[in-house]
Amino acid sequence: MRYYDKLIFECSKKGRRGYSLPVRKYERTLKELTASLCRTLALGLPEVSEVDVVRHYTNLSQMNFGVDTGFYPLGSCTMKYNPKINEEIAAMPGFQALHPLQPAETVQGTLRICYELEQSLAAITGMAHFTLNPCAGAHGELTGLMIMRQYHMSRGDFKRTKVIVPDSAHGTNPASAAACGLDVVVVKSKENGLIDVEALKQLLNDEVAGIMMTNPNTLGLFESEIDAIARLVHGCGGLLYYDGANMNPLLGVVRPGDMGFDIMHLNLHKTFSTPHGGGGPGSGPVGVCERLLKHLPTPRVEKLQDGTFTVLHENEESAGQVSAFNGHFGILLRAYSYILMLGKQNLKYAGRFATLSANYIKESLKDCYKLPIPSICKHEFVFDGLIDDGSKVAGEGNGATTLDVAKRLLDFGYHAPTIYFPLLFHQSIMIEPTETESLETMDDFIEVMRKIAAEAATNPSYLKSAPHNAPIRRPDETTAARQPILKYADEASVN
Amino acid sequence: MGAFSYFPHTEEDIRKMLERIGVNSMDDLYADVPKKFLYDREYDLPDALSEQEVRDYFSSLDQMNTRLKVFVGLGAYDHYTPSVVPYILSRSEYLTAYTPYQAEISQGTLRYIFEFQSIICELTGMDVSNASMYDGATAAAEAAVMSLHCTKKKSRVLLSSTLLPNVIKVVRTYAKFRGYEISLLAAEQGQTSLAALQKELEQGDVAGVIVPELNRYGIIEDFTGFAEAIHGAGALAIEYCDPSSLAVLRTPAEWDFDVAVGDGQSLGIPLCYGGPYVGFMACRKEYLRKLPGRIVGETKDAEGKRCFVLTLQAREQHIKRERATSNICSNQSLMTLFVTVYTSLMGPQGLYDVNNASYGGAHYLHDRLLRTGKFEEVFPDRPFLKEFVLRPSCAVADLQKKLLDAGYFAALETEEGYVSFCVTEKHSKEEIDALVELIKEV
Repeated sequence: MRYYDKLIFECSKKGRRGYSLPVRKYERTLKELTASLCRTLALGLPEVSEVDVVRHYTNLSQMNFGVDTGFYPLGSCTMKYNPKINEEIAAMPGFQALHPLQPAETVQGTLRICYELEQSLAAITGMAHFTLNPCAGAHGELTGLMIMRQYHMSRGDFKRTKVIVPDSAHGTNPASAAACGLDVVVVKSKENGLIDVEALKQLLNDEVAGIMMTNPNTLGLFESEIDAIARLVHGCGGLLYYDGANMNPLLGVVRPGDMGFDIMHLNLHKTFSTPHGGGGPGSGPVGVCERLLKHLPTPRVEKLQDGTFTVLHENEESAGQVSAFNGHFGILLRAYSYILMLGKQNLKYAGRFATLSANYIKESLKDCYKLPIPSICKHEFVFDGLIDDGSKVAGEGNGATTLDVAKRLLDFGYHAPTIYFPLLFHQSIMIEPTETESLETMDDFIEVMRKIAAEAATNPSYLKSAPHNAPIRRPDETTAARQPILKYADEASVN
Repeated sequence: MGAFSYFPHTEEDIRKMLERIGVNSMDDLYADVPKKFLYDREYDLPDALSEQEVRDYFSSLDQMNTRLKVFVGLGAYDHYTPSVVPYILSRSEYLTAYTPYQAEISQGTLRYIFEFQSIICELTGMDVSNASMYDGATAAAEAAVMSLHCTKKKSRVLLSSTLLPNVIKVVRTYAKFRGYEISLLAAEQGQTSLAALQKELEQGDVAGVIVPELNRYGIIEDFTGFAEAIHGAGALAIEYCDPSSLAVLRTPAEWDFDVAVGDGQSLGIPLCYGGPYVGFMACRKEYLRKLPGRIVGETKDAEGKRCFVLTLQAREQHIKRERATSNICSNQSLMTLFVTVYTSLMGPQGLYDVNNASYGGAHYLHDRLLRTGKFEEVFPDRPFLKEFVLRPSCAVADLQKKLLDAGYFAALETEEGYVSFCVTEKHSKEEIDALVELIKEV
């Protein structure tokens, strides 16, 4: 990777052009518009040639690290390989040209894809029905909670305004609850990292709309008391929400629907291999049990008796419309392509291999990194920092932290794991290898992690100044937040 | 199991790994799962296909769709996509990266998001922009919530009845659950009514007002007196806008508005049956700390090199959890790269040309349709850019069928019983003429 310091605005020269459009000659032009409706503000967009644009964005890309660059063990993000056939399918010109409001009879192929994908996701998760409309995981959470509230309200039960969220939950869980107008009640984890069922009992009453859980949880541990939890929550009239961010290890092994979950979302960009795109676009389909079908958002694809498909736009019992159109169809295409490639024969191994890989790395590193909870994990696990952080080395002061380990990893051509999450430990390092990495890749990673641990024990200051080989050194984040510069040619005075 | 191309595990690898872990089989790794929850059946799914079979299957589904010439907008506009844009977006360094948490190896993503924020600020005239939202409709819903955060003791958000139907629906859904009130503002002759606005504002409970720059009828709205009235009532003025058109039309900043939201789809993003597109949100700098979503900022590294980072994260869900400004986690990153590359290629002149060709074509179609005698004007004195509605004097169903059979998607019937048309720079005069000839025959 090579440092490159331009912004596209700095490549600009007045009069350069990067486009070609057909000449259209019409009598009426913009000039006839009333002046008071027209822009008079100068428009400082770049003026660049096509080659300027291609070189600039090629150079920028070379400062980026993707799954295709190397191993990306980012916990909770499921950075599995993104198959290239999926990109080819999504780029097919026919699909790209469809307008979202086209009549159903002109988009039968597309509606069939949506319908078959919904059916496939239902088969994989044990849920009865899915909506593909939510745009991302957090958007799926919000949609799922809306369905939960709509269910209670449809029964005239308006006092259920609380939702229980474990202290180990993803940050989006409580934030989605708040966005849905629910009050968050936190249930503590026990020493062993699992939900404290006794504590949960104390929280349950007729004001509880439901519980949000991810299973395995963010420590990568299976909530083995799920049966009891489901009975308790259902017993008090609440619903169970499954955060599908951690669905990957359950592929082929356990279905959330069978565990008693009523509502769930999937992250197609995690479990179903669609590319993360530097932080989106993702897709967060939401699945529900049979009795919640009528509350799914609109628009909704439906199969008719004659085998054709239609789109339902209005439904009074629905939670409502949650996105502009029918969800991220371009992402749905990729996910369905992935499911068809794997088929029932291979999907069932994805979860097992992901779990095998995570346990292999955990067992190979637990003598150098603190493993607070030594049980078998699922697709990911959490270390609580280094066993020997070098703080005893003379003149070194504080030892190397999790941040330092992460930054040093970058020097060796790896993306760092997720750090400082979950919040249950002070020095969390969360590692998720996924099923698409080979034994050799993992062995190389293990060797580097051991080497970094050895460096920490003898020369922690070298870690503290890492990375040494990346395009840039550590950025000054404090100044970035105190004197924000958020656009080109901004003075550092925005505040 | 047989070998599969995305799984590198050989039998020998599996054995080695199990040995290191100290278990006998992969099933032992699930010993903590209650037996009754172990799924021991085969998924009700098709058998695995080869790449060739997958390609053939999707091609056959593609054949089941009808390829149409699109003369409809209503939130999804058929503008031209320069070939450079998908080419750049297909680079795996962009495509297969995650959110740029590790700034040292994510400067590509961070820089283009910074450029995106700069471009959105240029187009809207606003001070600051976030790193994008899911789509225009959800961005509008987030703006409504933001107006509640920015004002005190207010409980209501006003939406113009001229906003796109799907925007109104999504904002209503968000409001229903979050627990604030929505009221629709009446229109006069297809334009949001200032008198109706003033009347609603008198109640003193309004946090924000959302009005469209280009509305559901295609009309360019005139906001003379709006900002003054809204600010006088202590509320936020929010414009829902089409970013492509802002290159030529008066910006939300020039109308003295506080927040600009909308969908970046009009900046060359393919229709793709509704997504992925990209929402945006920009505002005055005094509301920066209330802005939802990711934000990228410029700083220096330890050696003084210019670099970029995710910043002001104290607003966000992973820090603030239930007290965050929004639950949004990532942004719509790759689509912000789309917008950034597109806008860079087009520049001010390209966007002017796009708007001028769309304006010319739309007015040409409008005038010719009126001459067929099959339509009447609905809002004769209102200016429009690329989209317009007419009142049909023929049966809409017959018209629709005729057009679809000939390969045109046009004259979409609206909730009000009008028919909607849209023309962009992609359409030639000959295509417009052919459309008009068809309609004459109905």
